[in-house]
Amino acid sequence: MKTESIISLDHGSGGLASQKLIGGLFLKYLTCPQLRDLEDCAMLGEYAGRIAFSTDSYVVDPLFFPGGDIGSLAVHGTINDLAMRGARPLALSLALIIEEGFSFASLERIIASVAKASEAAGVAIVTGDTKVVPKGKADGLFVNTTGIGLASHRHDISVKKAQPGDAVILSGTLADHGITIMSCQAGIDLGGDIESDTQPLHQLVGALLEEDAGLVHVLRDPTRGGLATTLCEIAQSSGVDIVIEEDRLPIRPSVSTACEMIGLDPLYLANEGKCIIICDQDGAEDILQLVRRMPEGRDAALIGWVHEGQDGRVSLTTRIGGSRLLEPLTGQPLPRIC
Amino acid sequence: MKCADEFRSREITAPLVQEIAHSLRRPVRIMEVCGTHTMSIFRHGIRSLLPEGITLLSGPGCPVCVTPASHIDAFLAAADLPQVTIATFGDLIRVPGAERSLAGARASGARVEIVYSPMDALTLAQQEPERTVLFPAIGFETTAPTIAATILAAERLELTNFLIIAAGKTMPQALEALMADPELQVDGLLCPGHVSAIIGSEAYRPLADRYHLACAVAGFEPADILSGLLSLIRQINEGRPGVDNCYTRVVTAEGNIRAQHLISEVFSPADSEWRGLGTIPGSGLVLREQYRRFDGMEQLAIPVQPARELKGCRCGEILKGRLLPPDCPLYGTACTPLQPIGPCMVSNEGTCAAYFRYSGRKTSTARQEPKPLSVSQRDPS
Repeated sequence: MKTESIISLDHGSGGLASQKLIGGLFLKYLTCPQLRDLEDCAMLGEYAGRIAFSTDSYVVDPLFFPGGDIGSLAVHGTINDLAMRGARPLALSLALIIEEGFSFASLERIIASVAKASEAAGVAIVTGDTKVVPKGKADGLFVNTTGIGLASHRHDISVKKAQPGDAVILSGTLADHGITIMSCQAGIDLGGDIESDTQPLHQLVGALLEEDAGLVHVLRDPTRGGLATTLCEIAQSSGVDIVIEEDRLPIRPSVSTACEMIGLDPLYLANEGKCIIICDQDGAEDILQLVRRMPEGRDAALIGWVHEGQDGRVSLTTRIGGSRLLEPLTGQPLPRIC
Repeated sequence: MKCADEFRSREITAPLVQEIAHSLRRPVRIMEVCGTHTMSIFRHGIRSLLPEGITLLSGPGCPVCVTPASHIDAFLAAADLPQVTIATFGDLIRVPGAERSLAGARASGARVEIVYSPMDALTLAQQEPERTVLFPAIGFETTAPTIAATILAAERLELTNFLIIAAGKTMPQALEALMADPELQVDGLLCPGHVSAIIGSEAYRPLADRYHLACAVAGFEPADILSGLLSLIRQINEGRPGVDNCYTRVVTAEGNIRAQHLISEVFSPADSEWRGLGTIPGSGLVLREQYRRFDGMEQLAIPVQPARELKGCRCGEILKGRLLPPDCPLYGTACTPLQPIGPCMVSNEGTCAAYFRYSGRKTSTARQEPKPLSVSQRDPS
């Protein structure tokens, strides 16, 4: 293997090899002027409003999966975290921890994917960092993105704001990302239309808030822990009960089948391009229609309602009319023996 | 899953629910033998639809739950050997032995891989000829044929780096031991669908006859389970208990003969320790003499661990249906799904885990917030 084809410790030294990596690879794809200046930090200009600030690290295995890769996921994930407080994302940082020996071609593919995702979302990578650690000290590549956003004073969206009577809307199908990753890890080819749902949600949220900010009380993306765990967090933070209906849950038949096969509950699998919208019941139908008109929300559904309660209980009315309590996920979702 | 959808529709289940309520003449106690039944009952909220007079007890049908600490300790002893990779079913890795679990061993540096079938473990052995791959062979008649087929494949491939620790168990002997317990008051058995697909519905006939016990073999969809319960209630009402196969789309009277032959080709019956139930004669599966070279205990010289129960844990009585999970002093306090002590809390299928997850019944004492386990399976993000 040529030395150029893999990342070496030299690439993280800050010396010539680092400069070559930055100039020859990163700046080839990431073209924001602030980044090109290679200053110690980026200056973002002046903004009126409240600053939203979020960070997330990405360690997904495998790095490439149907529907996306660690690069696009890292861009979308942080954009979505900002959007979930009603903020408009302004800029992202990108930090990489690369294991010595990592393939140069894979890194290039990932950086190209970061660039494509950030360009499509209209949120630039304005600053970055690269470290290389010795072989065996990391698993290929870890990525961190941090994002800055701007939130209007007009709305105050928070996990604490769910109120009895509110409607619970889910912006699309359940568990696509989680089942994709778990089937990749298991080496099972599930075929069909199973792929990660990784996508940015800030445009959907922007449209939603432009319409009528006061109606939307909570936005939350059900990532790790899935829909059930995220609803539990909302119910507990807001001091309300939530009841959702199994019949109303949007889920692709292929995902549902895959979950049955592996023995996993789709309510507890990660999503990377969906949000829970808890809103005033009077505006629920209009909001649902608006979300469905957006490409990222075309499968949206009203899935349940918020009720009075002190214990933060979330329950599911099953398709046969039974009732089941939903608890937060404990440990890892593990496949069952039979 | 279109075919499963039909068994989950309210149009089909509602009349069954109504008929059950209508048919029930006296309080009955029914044991669902299989862990997958337990899960399905909770998952679909079936308890909330049944009349109060029906008490459902969860039996010994979760293979992870009944694997004793001594077996887990044997798996751990193998995991500690530097050349050994443990390739295991996912839900086994959090099961506690006397002191540790496979998850703990993995966090400390042992190679523990999750596989979805024993054949995957075999493939791993082929891919890594320099290492010894050991598959902890737990499970009932459902998994035993696949494990047997894997051993035969390893024999054909002349693999020398693939081992199992035979810890399989058979259901009829355990049910016999349970039913012989005079303290156990059970009117009917909801018999396991998967196990019955292998052993056949007639395997329960001796139990039905000897203990005057209503038996119904049922599948795992809501309509299957409700049909099974209705059959049991009718049998009890009529005072004519027998064996009713309500899962004819999968289960036959004689079972899967080919799978049965596979099991007996590779394994022979032996006494086996069940967590919570003690040693049950003839209820275990050990490798036959000609396949001993795949026996991890022998090949790795792992000492047989003494039987040892977990202090304060009432899993045994819960498995027998004598106690409900909240009756255990450890339930919800020292023993939670995040930090399980007893096996019934460990597996998703375990009675206590299912109770904890779905019923909302916790002990009244303050719940401890245990530290997360250092399971190194990767996050999806």
